Amino acid sequence: MIFAVIMVLIVVGSVVFHFLSPWWFTPLASNWGYIDDTTVLTFAITGAVFSAVVLFVAYCLWKFRHQEGRKAAYEPENKRLESILTALTAGGVIAMLTPGLFVWAQFIEVPEEATNVEVVGQQWLWSYRLPGADGQLGGADNRLIGVDNTLGVNPDDPASGDDVIIEGGELLLPVDKPVRFLLRSIDVLHDFYVPEFRAKMDMIPGSVTYFWITPTKTGTYEILCAELCGTGHSYMRGMVTVVTQEEYDEWLTTQVTFADLAS
Amino acid sequence: MADIPHEASASAPPAEIEEMELPHAHGWWSTYVFSQDAKVIAVQYAATALAIGAVALVLSWLIRLQLGFPGAVAFIDAERYYQFITMHGMIMVVYLLTALFLGGFGNYLIPLMIGARDMVFPYANMLSFWVYLLAVLVLVASFFVPGGPTGAGWTLYPPQAILSNTPGQQFGIVLMLVSLILFIAGFTMGGLNYTVTVLQARTRGMTLMRMPLTVWGIFVATIMALLAFPALFVAAVMMLFDKLLGTSFFMPTLVEFGEQLSYGGGSPILFQHLFWFFGHPEVYIVALPAFGIVSDLISTHARRNIFGYRMMVWAIVIIGALSFIVWAHHMYVSGMHPYFGFFFATTTLIIAVPTAIKVYNWVLTLWRGDIHFTPPMLFALGFIVTFVNGGLSGLFLGNVVVDVPLSDTMFVVAHFHMVMGVAPILVIFGAIYHWYPKVTGRMLDDAMAKFHFWVTFLGAYLIFFPMHYLGLMGAPRRYFESSDILLMPESAHALNAFISIVAFIVGFAQIVFVFNLIWSRKHGKEAGGNPWRATTLEWQTPETPPGHGNWGKDLPVVYRWAYDYSVPGAAEDFIPQNQPATVTRETPA
Amino acid sequence: MSAVLIFMAVLALGAGWWLSRQGLLAKPWLQVDAAGTLAQSAEPRQPAQVGLGVFLAVVGSLFALLISAYVLRAEMTDWQAVPLPFIVWPNTLCLIVASLALEWARAGATRGNLGHARAGAIVASVAALAFLAGQLAAWRMLAGGGYFVNSGPAVSFFYLMTAAHGLHVIGGMFALARTFERIWRSDGTQRIRLSVELAATYWLFMLFVWVILLLVLSGWAGEFLSICGQILSGSGLT
Repeated sequence: MIFAVIMVLIVVGSVVFHFLSPWWFTPLASNWGYIDDTTVLTFAITGAVFSAVVLFVAYCLWKFRHQEGRKAAYEPENKRLESILTALTAGGVIAMLTPGLFVWAQFIEVPEEATNVEVVGQQWLWSYRLPGADGQLGGADNRLIGVDNTLGVNPDDPASGDDVIIEGGELLLPVDKPVRFLLRSIDVLHDFYVPEFRAKMDMIPGSVTYFWITPTKTGTYEILCAELCGTGHSYMRGMVTVVTQEEYDEWLTTQVTFADLAS
Repeated sequence: MADIPHEASASAPPAEIEEMELPHAHGWWSTYVFSQDAKVIAVQYAATALAIGAVALVLSWLIRLQLGFPGAVAFIDAERYYQFITMHGMIMVVYLLTALFLGGFGNYLIPLMIGARDMVFPYANMLSFWVYLLAVLVLVASFFVPGGPTGAGWTLYPPQAILSNTPGQQFGIVLMLVSLILFIAGFTMGGLNYTVTVLQARTRGMTLMRMPLTVWGIFVATIMALLAFPALFVAAVMMLFDKLLGTSFFMPTLVEFGEQLSYGGGSPILFQHLFWFFGHPEVYIVALPAFGIVSDLISTHARRNIFGYRMMVWAIVIIGALSFIVWAHHMYVSGMHPYFGFFFATTTLIIAVPTAIKVYNWVLTLWRGDIHFTPPMLFALGFIVTFVNGGLSGLFLGNVVVDVPLSDTMFVVAHFHMVMGVAPILVIFGAIYHWYPKVTGRMLDDAMAKFHFWVTFLGAYLIFFPMHYLGLMGAPRRYFESSDILLMPESAHALNAFISIVAFIVGFAQIVFVFNLIWSRKHGKEAGGNPWRATTLEWQTPETPPGHGNWGKDLPVVYRWAYDYSVPGAAEDFIPQNQPATVTRETPA
Repeated sequence: MSAVLIFMAVLALGAGWWLSRQGLLAKPWLQVDAAGTLAQSAEPRQPAQVGLGVFLAVVGSLFALLISAYVLRAEMTDWQAVPLPFIVWPNTLCLIVASLALEWARAGATRGNLGHARAGAIVASVAALAFLAGQLAAWRMLAGGGYFVNSGPAVSFFYLMTAAHGLHVIGGMFALARTFERIWRSDGTQRIRLSVELAATYWLFMLFVWVILLLVLSGWAGEFLSICGQILSGSGLT
């Protein structure tokens, strides 16, 4: 009896909490509104299922609680009922999965016009490399890392010289221009995560991973490392600022290139 | 008189094994310590698992202290924090849940429920426990070596796990890997026993489809564990090679604080594949026994046959098989080939269907039942709420694109605690309240049980439900210091403090449970042989607690399925499995 | 992870076939038996035989995973094949001899001919010891050629896989020792037969695993698969 009431309270409380809680997605600053939409759709479907199941349990607990003279029904199975429920579940799963897969297809397909930005993670610092005037990043390898080449850029690659190197500083991105982040790591696994952009991906020493976004809102956002990378993991933060194209161009001229550093 | 329609069983009853010679104990040592009696081994397993689990519980308090009140306790620095979360996770998943469900409940219940005298290889069974104990001791020893236990996170991802900026990289990680290897070796000896006992030692009449779902759950989980643990074994051995012999299985070319290490070319992703090839089945290794046990608890205490028994069995088998092809949903943002996302998202969401069927059938068993609010039933109901909640949040994480913002956040932490922490542990409590009378002959105290239930269940829900929303906001997991994250408002820190306080209360409430276990051993109400009026064989033993060999002179013979509750026309509201049909109407023509 | 998935698929087929004969579609609530109606069924298998079968599935899973790891690691750019020391071929022969001898012993034990069983077991033990010594020699030869366990991924895998297999062979020696004990104590034909049978099955499996490992380590399995791939893609084009 009490239990039935508490079950109802759990459902009501959870739903009220969901709508009233101040904790929700941070305001979106990239093109991945579809991810938010898919999440909200999943909330709607799963919330409805949770409420229905728990409320039904509450009803059963109240209606079929032990009382003098009650006897349970003997019904080993009910094919029809089970088939209907299975079909409904399958329908719900398809409703969530289908949009999810479509959005994933977009997520992994980088648009042609995206500019490359290399992000390099190391314990516990973010560095960046931007293609210079030639629009191309030179090659890089962890074996080439030395005192004067901390990111392991290949000095023999003609595309390397004009690459802009930002070590431990702030990254700027032009608004409304698609960016492909190329992710490298120097030591252990890291994960480049800006909650406002929604996207994230691990960085693996020895390989290059990627994801893409289009920043849609100017502002400054915090970069968090989202893969445990040693004792300093929670201090591995950085800043990314989305600015207008003019501001971006101006900022770019003040940065040093790989050739500058080498000389 | 039972006047339901019946027919002779279609499939042949399984073979009866020849009466086994039991290695009878001669004296105190071989009765209570080096015992080969599965029931004693079960209690040894359970006691060890609960003891090491208590350590993990204390670790969780320390973690919550830091998260709720950062800096309040100077003793907790970043190194210790990562050691705590690592050991908490590993102990809970492997050394508590796996060991307790399979080593504890498996050992006690399999022989009794299928009408066997003991496990088929009693000596290996005993050895299994001692190797497990050794594994636990090695694990505990890592707290006392220089540098302390490893702080690599329970996933032990290389390269970080064996490098110098991770705590315990000198000895802790080695002891961790050795302990896992021992655990797997010990488990394999036990697992062979559980599997072969179910296959070969069922008593006459006990067809597979007459087995209680508890046995089904443990049986399938054991087979999965036997096949999945080798993946962890291989990963652990290869990491030991990398650590101790300087090979580069997992270690790529890397530069650690300006110094080029001698490793090169290895693949960290390879470790992740191996780890999750074990790690995902592991979730179901814990869940399937819980599914089985909770089915029996609900059926018994609602006095109603489990609804859709066949579907329940098929679902267990299908879930067990499917769980081997979903592992990479833990790796959506690991940098593996992005096309894998399509495949693994699909398989993962497909597995939701048989799981949902199980939930419906538990709920439909309550429907039109005769529900007794006994402690086991309370815990079973708590399981339904938390499991449905945690299962549904799994649909967020399984759906690859929704997982992208949520992975590695507190949402994941909340999800897996709800679904494979809280839910199975509620089942463990329910199961202990249910079978304690058989183990000791006395009931656990009802009032203490109810107090224990309400604090644990409501507390756990208050801890983990709001935690999802922190993750939604973007709060990352495994952060020693989260008080200065820009996106977290003051209210989020207040929520963290609230969660911590509830966690302390829930933790302390477990003292009542432990006290109840000890107190009732002497002072509990006499239980009798079958206090819950249940149908399954373990309640039909000639003695309670059952003696060595379980059944006295003759093995029981099984005439019906395990769920004849409230059969129309029957005198009582349950008919034990070893009660033959009354054949008044079947006079030969 | 294809190797282990293929292995799992084979096991799943086997399990599915077995389950399909267990009456999983029956409605158990309709089957209530009356007292005295349940007959004893046919000759049961020994738990030890079933236990060995399950154990070999576990061992198979272990090696399938090792092979999967090998295949994935071989895709990395630093992979360089290492020539196998020639002695693995005579070693293979030893393992074949051990297996054949145990098959012979099994046949002897089944006929009740303890002399054959004993002789087979002795030959098998000698051959097995020769195999282990040969494997050690293979390690020495590799190390002599400058290939240590950390000299490169391919050679690391050679050491790892031969060590894993060798340890299982040593485990098999204990099983053989037990068989000897049974034969010498004249434990009764039934028990001896079972013991010889178990040993023979285990050693056959060890041979099977070794042949697969050899195919993988020598690169023949890889070549074979790539040729298959070419044939498949070729036929797809025409």
